[in-house]
Amino acid sequence: MKILEGIGAGVIQQFAYIGGLSDQFWSGIRALPRVLPVIGRRGRWRDAIRQMTAIGVSALPMIAIMAICSGMILALQGAGELRRFGALRYVIDLVAVGFTRELGPLLTAIVVSGRSGSAFSAEIGTMVVTSEIDALRTMALDPVEFVLAPKYLAAILMVPCLTIMCSVFGILAGAGFMYLSTHMTLGIYIRYVFDSILLRDVFGGLIKSVAFATIIVHVGCMEGFKVRGGPEAVGRSTTSAVVRSTFLVILADLFFTAVFYLARMQ
Amino acid sequence: MPTSVISVRDLSVNYDGHQVLDRVNLDIRPNEILVLLGGSGSGKTTLLRHIIGLEAPNAGNILIRGVDINNCSAEVLKQIRRQVGVAFQEAALFNSLSTEENVALPLRELTNLADPVIEIMVYITLAAVGLAESGKLMPHELSGGMKKRAAVARAIALDPGILVFDEPSAGLDPIVSAELDELILFLKQAFQMTIVVVTHEISSAFRIADRIAMLYKGSMIAVEDKESFKASTHPRIRQFLDRVPDKVVETPTVQEHLRELSGMTGVES
Repeated sequence: MKILEGIGAGVIQQFAYIGGLSDQFWSGIRALPRVLPVIGRRGRWRDAIRQMTAIGVSALPMIAIMAICSGMILALQGAGELRRFGALRYVIDLVAVGFTRELGPLLTAIVVSGRSGSAFSAEIGTMVVTSEIDALRTMALDPVEFVLAPKYLAAILMVPCLTIMCSVFGILAGAGFMYLSTHMTLGIYIRYVFDSILLRDVFGGLIKSVAFATIIVHVGCMEGFKVRGGPEAVGRSTTSAVVRSTFLVILADLFFTAVFYLARMQ
Repeated sequence: MPTSVISVRDLSVNYDGHQVLDRVNLDIRPNEILVLLGGSGSGKTTLLRHIIGLEAPNAGNILIRGVDINNCSAEVLKQIRRQVGVAFQEAALFNSLSTEENVALPLRELTNLADPVIEIMVYITLAAVGLAESGKLMPHELSGGMKKRAAVARAIALDPGILVFDEPSAGLDPIVSAELDELILFLKQAFQMTIVVVTHEISSAFRIADRIAMLYKGSMIAVEDKESFKASTHPRIRQFLDRVPDKVVETPTVQEHLRELSGMTGVES
């Protein structure tokens, strides 16, 4: 009986978490216009710009290195098998389609989750511990609008940009491999790349990246808002933010991949 | 027109079966300083958090200027919150903003005042708390006392009418603590504010209070003017004022420890 109670309590807890997340999501959507320049609250967009630098520009070197390494790995693994069938050229399709549809958005999400999701959680958790969130509420300011919305705006703009850059670097790594193995020039490689990917692959990847950005920001901020107690609770929240957001990103990736696959079947 | 600025009616708060506040009643009059005393765990911070609307009670009501803050629209609650300034125990300044930006925050967010007007108001507010020259400093560059003053400046920026202090002298030396007491008295006099101070500093309470309320294990055991409170014969108030511990802790002597060691036959002092 105790086992059943435990399972029930766990299920209720997860549903409560998802409920809280969706509630926060709609609050975030409602607050977004107030972060925009001209129509938003004065100066709030400056905070969004600061967040764009932190989420986007600062993450670019790491994403570039990861994308180049992953592009090389994918090309080497693909070439190992395709060479046996004399189909080495299809390494280009593998790398181009793989990065545009899948690896670009996923690698970017994992990097942003590790760098920024944990940072959001730590920042907000510290604000909770030092009563800054309470101070906002007593000043009749909405913490979601004040703290979350600039991060959300920055993420949904920067994560797609990072995804594009990740795909470009990954595909260029494939070009490097093809040059070293077959002396294929960059011009020919790029022509093959454009032949292999479709516009819907690019849009599919970008839709995924916006969804992943939403998950990372909302999970990171939610874990921060949930902090109770002292500094050790902040540490726990950052770990939880990365684990939960990475898990949810992979679940969302499966969902979107299945939807796009079914759409292609139509 | 209500005679009380803040009314607490039969407030009960229960956390996971533990009764933190039990049918607490309190009326805070206009332009008075009410000090809420109580030992650790007596429920004074919980009462404060309910008064400023950060938590909803299990039972009872809190009325601010006649409005029940737990049964009103979000818009009305927003208006009420603008009338209540709060200076938190840890100051709760935003670390990414300078002192003057912290003070300007409620003015920028909640009013349509032009930037030059806000700058002037911020300077006047900082001058009122003695920080006119420290506006450019970041919170980490301020001392403990300066942080609390900056928090007061932010709390009074919108001219709130009601000001709430949570443990204002916590972590401060006696001189800075006395300066803060003077600031609280000045604010009452200069801005005609109603002030609620939560503390367990008896000397500070007697210095600034018009009336003193005392919580003991979640129940309000006294709400009196400070002279009556000082002369109270209530056993819990006397214990608090006379600093009598609940039970005397007896520490065994070194000799007694040594005697308990196995093989020890005797100990000479």
